[in-house]
Amino acid sequence: MISFVEMMHLALHVGLPHFLLLSAVLFAIGLFGLFTKKGIIAVLMCIELMLNAVNINFIAFNHYMPATDLSGQLMALFSIAVAAAEVAIGLALAFRIYHDHHTVNVDDLNHLKG
Amino acid sequence: MNDLILSLHRLIDMGMTMAEELGTPEIILAAVFYVFAGISVLGALGVVLGRNIVHSALCLTASFIGIGCLYIFLSADFLGAVQFLVYGGAVAILIVMAIMLTRREDMAHSNPSRSIPHQLAALVVAGMFLLAMAAVALMSPFQTAPADIGDTVTGIADLMLTKYVLPFEIVAVLLLIAMIGAIILAKGVDES
Amino acid sequence: MHNGILLTAAGWIRDILTFLFGNELLVNILMTLVGIGAIISVILTSAIVFTYAERKVCAFMQVRIGPNRVGGRFGLLQPVADMLKLMSKEDIIPNGCDRVVWSLSPMLLFVPSALIYSFFPFDDGAILADVNVGLFLLLAISSQAVLPFLMGGYASNSKYAMIGGMRTVAQMLSYEAPMAFSLIGVVMLTGSMKMSAIVEAQATHTWFVLLQPIAFVIYLITATAETNRTPFDLVEDESEIVAGPFTEYSGMRWALFFLAEYANLLSISILTTTLFLGGWHGPVLPGAVWFWLKVLVMIFVFMWFRWTFPRTRIDQMLSFSWKVLLPLALVNMLLTGVGIYLYQSLC
Repeated sequence: MISFVEMMHLALHVGLPHFLLLSAVLFAIGLFGLFTKKGIIAVLMCIELMLNAVNINFIAFNHYMPATDLSGQLMALFSIAVAAAEVAIGLALAFRIYHDHHTVNVDDLNHLKG
Repeated sequence: MNDLILSLHRLIDMGMTMAEELGTPEIILAAVFYVFAGISVLGALGVVLGRNIVHSALCLTASFIGIGCLYIFLSADFLGAVQFLVYGGAVAILIVMAIMLTRREDMAHSNPSRSIPHQLAALVVAGMFLLAMAAVALMSPFQTAPADIGDTVTGIADLMLTKYVLPFEIVAVLLLIAMIGAIILAKGVDES
Repeated sequence: MHNGILLTAAGWIRDILTFLFGNELLVNILMTLVGIGAIISVILTSAIVFTYAERKVCAFMQVRIGPNRVGGRFGLLQPVADMLKLMSKEDIIPNGCDRVVWSLSPMLLFVPSALIYSFFPFDDGAILADVNVGLFLLLAISSQAVLPFLMGGYASNSKYAMIGGMRTVAQMLSYEAPMAFSLIGVVMLTGSMKMSAIVEAQATHTWFVLLQPIAFVIYLITATAETNRTPFDLVEDESEIVAGPFTEYSGMRWALFFLAEYANLLSISILTTTLFLGGWHGPVLPGAVWFWLKVLVMIFVFMWFRWTFPRTRIDQMLSFSWKVLLPLALVNMLLTGVGIYLYQSLC
């Protein structure tokens, strides 16, 4: 086991593991929200949170690994673009669902079930 | 008078040297990281635990701004600006939609969660995921060597129009399709 | 070495601080604080001057005299009277409002408005943060202003405030796109998003208003819309929705909205000066004087807009943005690209 002083020392030297942990925490929070939220908009927000957690990883690896170019940042940029497309479609679907079924509760949207 | 100022200089120099020996630059960097990481994690918790959908969305903004500041911390200044620009607008639209799809009197409970057993199960799954990822992050022997990459704008632009020109075009087409699709979905198709 | 007066003044302050404290790092930190203080005082002073100027310009346009009671024949103490009135007003908190969001909204609105001043080159070298992505970061930060408006509109528990908040989102998001695309022309000509580089490029070539006339016009229109000033003040349109998101605010909270509005007016004038009118460059007079002269002219132009054009309708202005301004900005981008290519292949 490492001592408390060593742990403090590690915690204060911000490096790649810090960002990976942060991204894991954000992703886990997003995952928890995805499983527990009922409203369709809240679910969309949690998905956005998870996508952002992934972007942190891209950029942190790009910064800390012996990189030669900015591929990681560019991947994060593509990911943001795809996330924007996803939000646009998701919100349009939510609007449509509310228009047709007068609810945004994902549990009530079970018309395909038997 | 001069003696007073000289002694003040000596005192300040001593303080600064001491601060440097204690590793103040490291501590300042760590403080910046922990402040913005804290903002993003607390914001994320606010999104998940909030009862009011508008409060959740505002917490989401706080989280995104924290993440954007971390991008700048990671020398990705262009990405930080993109983050602010894209998600500022996205969250505004989310809030508008959330308000539109909720009745005013329900606003305090507009972001309901599932039952407690559901939440416990979700907590276990998310916790297991977190443990696995934390183990990977802490155990992997990453070879870190922060390199000075230079101007991010020209770097990204060069890559975008040379090595990654195909994904770039595909993303452009995807955004166009998404835009048209969203408009058709939201407006509905004229049946006649 | 030719330095502007602002940098010389900063040099004097630095000398005094070095004499007092000695340590270089500490002096650097203190100098940053001095810069921040200078910017805050510029914003506050401008708000005082603009309340007076707006009344006088308005009166001039309407062939009236304007303020002429408080403080002599020209009503010079009118801003003081305004300030006293605002401070002594009752702080009304509407029933059923969302307290936290409601009280955060005016404060948060001021943050992006003040933050973008750190990217403005006021004089030769007098720029707080001359970052590589300066112009883009500036646009990104100023776009955050949409959320406080929406927060105020949602939290006030009033239908007029809510409609105003919704309009803000529609208006600001629609006008952001043409504004960003019109400014890309300037970035293409400069080859950099660094604010100091943009000013330098105009010193070596010519003012970008001559090279980018379409972008200049698009920028003027979108900037008026972004700051919610007439003819695009649909967000706070008093004949339709009382005062939009500000309806339920009074006293000092309302004053913060007001302050942010004038900070935005000053910042778009500064941005126009920097991007299109050559920044602080000019013959004979020192840089800072030229800078403020151009800024004052731009402020007069924006006030002139406000008191001469009638208000548009919200659907008209949204379709104008998407169907006219955005295609025009894209065409301008294409023309700029072709122009740069021709220039480079000919010279």
